[in-house]
Amino acid sequence: MSDENAQGALRHWEKTRTLTIIVLVVWVVFAFIVPWNAKALNGMSFMGFPLGYYFCVQGSLAIFVALIWIQNWRQDQIDDELGVEE
Amino acid sequence: MQGKFTDNLGKVYGVYTLGFLGFFAIMAIFEQLGASARLIGVMFLLFTIAIYALIGWLSRTTQVEEYYVAGREVPALYNGMATAADWMSGASFVALAGGIYFGGYPYLGFVVGWTGGYVLVNSLMAPYLRKFGCYTVPDFIGTRYGGNTARFCAVVILVVASFTYVTAQINATGTIAARALGIPFEVGVWFGIAGILVCSMLGGMRGVTWTQVAQYIVLIIAYLVPVIWMSNVQGFGLIPQFGYGDAVQRIAELETTLGVGTAPTESFPGLKALTTLHNSPQGGYDSWRFFTLALCMMAGTASLPHILMRYFTTPSVRAARRSVGWSLLFIFLLYFTAPALATLTKLQLLDPQLATSIIGKSIADVNNLEWIKNWDAVGMLKVTDGNGDGILQINEFFMRSGIVVLATPEIAGLPYVISGLVAAGGMAAAMSTADGLLLAIANALSHDLYYKIIDPKADTKKRLMAARALLVLIGVAGALVASLKLTGILGAVAWAFCFACSGLFFPLVLGVWWKRANRQGAIAGMVLGFLSGALYLIYIQNGGGQIAGLDGLRFGIIGMPVSLIAMVVVSLMTPEPSKEIQDMVDQTRLPGGKTVLEGVK
Repeated sequence: MSDENAQGALRHWEKTRTLTIIVLVVWVVFAFIVPWNAKALNGMSFMGFPLGYYFCVQGSLAIFVALIWIQNWRQDQIDDELGVEE
Repeated sequence: MQGKFTDNLGKVYGVYTLGFLGFFAIMAIFEQLGASARLIGVMFLLFTIAIYALIGWLSRTTQVEEYYVAGREVPALYNGMATAADWMSGASFVALAGGIYFGGYPYLGFVVGWTGGYVLVNSLMAPYLRKFGCYTVPDFIGTRYGGNTARFCAVVILVVASFTYVTAQINATGTIAARALGIPFEVGVWFGIAGILVCSMLGGMRGVTWTQVAQYIVLIIAYLVPVIWMSNVQGFGLIPQFGYGDAVQRIAELETTLGVGTAPTESFPGLKALTTLHNSPQGGYDSWRFFTLALCMMAGTASLPHILMRYFTTPSVRAARRSVGWSLLFIFLLYFTAPALATLTKLQLLDPQLATSIIGKSIADVNNLEWIKNWDAVGMLKVTDGNGDGILQINEFFMRSGIVVLATPEIAGLPYVISGLVAAGGMAAAMSTADGLLLAIANALSHDLYYKIIDPKADTKKRLMAARALLVLIGVAGALVASLKLTGILGAVAWAFCFACSGLFFPLVLGVWWKRANRQGAIAGMVLGFLSGALYLIYIQNGGGQIAGLDGLRFGIIGMPVSLIAMVVVSLMTPEPSKEIQDMVDQTRLPGGKTVLEGVK
């Protein structure tokens, strides 16, 4: 591997790692923190649902789907930018 | 048809979907002409299974690459469908809505856990394992950490986790076949395993992939159509998933007046009366139970080999990532419907303002309902009069949780053709998952244990013969265990996730994300994580007191930290991995270029 390639690979991994950390933080919020506080959130209402219940049966799930698609879109950008795509 | 099969997938599965809908229409006409419910159920099962068997036969192969990873030519969208079918088991299809019906807030940990796990699959595992280019999950462990011991440990954990899971699936196929075909459960189990093996034996991963796509189409139609139909017949709105908030609130009112929570005075094995409130998180300990369950299920998702190996079949790393996105979208369709189904079915049974309600009606009237008679006859529900007042109370109605899905069409008064559809969907869900699991086990044993450890000189023919023989052997063993009816469908499923995350989660993640992780650390992580989790489960099963509220569904909370600490400590106490291994990790992290294993050869 030439130096330039090695540099690119290093930058690629740094960016990939940062993106992954951001994704995992959002994941923790909607997978754990929101359901943990379902009781308090149930005091609010969303589309006729108690809010805490809504997140456990639909909201968090939809956010997981969106999160994966957004992550992949951004990861493709990073790959292209640093010329490590297939 | 011109060109390769994979160039025509849209056409093939489009025709298939139309054909299935056409079959559904013909069955509906048959019903109008007076065909019996039994006949329609039998036709649905036999027709769909015959199609899967045909696909399995057409996908037969003698190529190792096709047998193990479907030739790595499955496009992202179709791999997403196949993964969704692989993932959504008999438990998701048959028991999830029932679990929500009976379990209330704590149970929703499954709903969040079994979807959120894909965020981990996508960000930590799938693209990297695809780049690695392995055939099986132990193949990654064995090559990344080096040595047969690490490989062997991974095989053992894989077999224990997947076998626990597959018996639950075979159990589900037996239950559905028994009900639809009117045969004893023990015979239904053998019928199910025969169907499962036909799909996987000839074509390996190739056969399983293309049958799973077909099975996804059947299972998602079979799940969504009855719910949407029921919602429209009963006036709950055009698309029930978005509009059942009022039903949730109404149930909360009814629970007070009907006295949900009063313990029943009688009990029937396998049947439950509703005692948990629908939406009543208590905070504190309740939140902790939710969190621990969701975490085990998520980490388990990201460690279960039959899921991870689906991402070995895509043409590229990018396609692997994209197919995780498709997978979760297809899974989401079922998972955001199940709570709607559970809520609306409960409302139909409870709300005295609805014609379908049974609670508060006279026992004699309830016992005269057609669906009550049907399901009572197969021992899946029970109506009693515990207090002798002639009126059905909430704690006098007992049922199996699977009924919520299987009987909804009958409760809502839909034509029987819908029940036939649901049976076909449940069968598709259980068969597709069982296929993936059996293949994961047999492939690990044939590739990692037989070829890599015992006989590295074996030729292609011998390897594939071993793979097929093992598949049949494990299938039969699974059917034997399933016919013993050891535990409910969901108990065994949760165990599989906990076994997988206790033993495999950190060795897999750190294999990519921590270059310093070495063989000794990985072995320590696998052995100690798996053993501590398993011993805790044995302790709980033998009546031991729960530590911090951790029951048999959550023993991954014991196994995972042990695995992490053991792996980090032992890795740091022993020499760092060689330069070649560290370069291999660098290569794994880059999406471009040849697979890592091609580079090694």
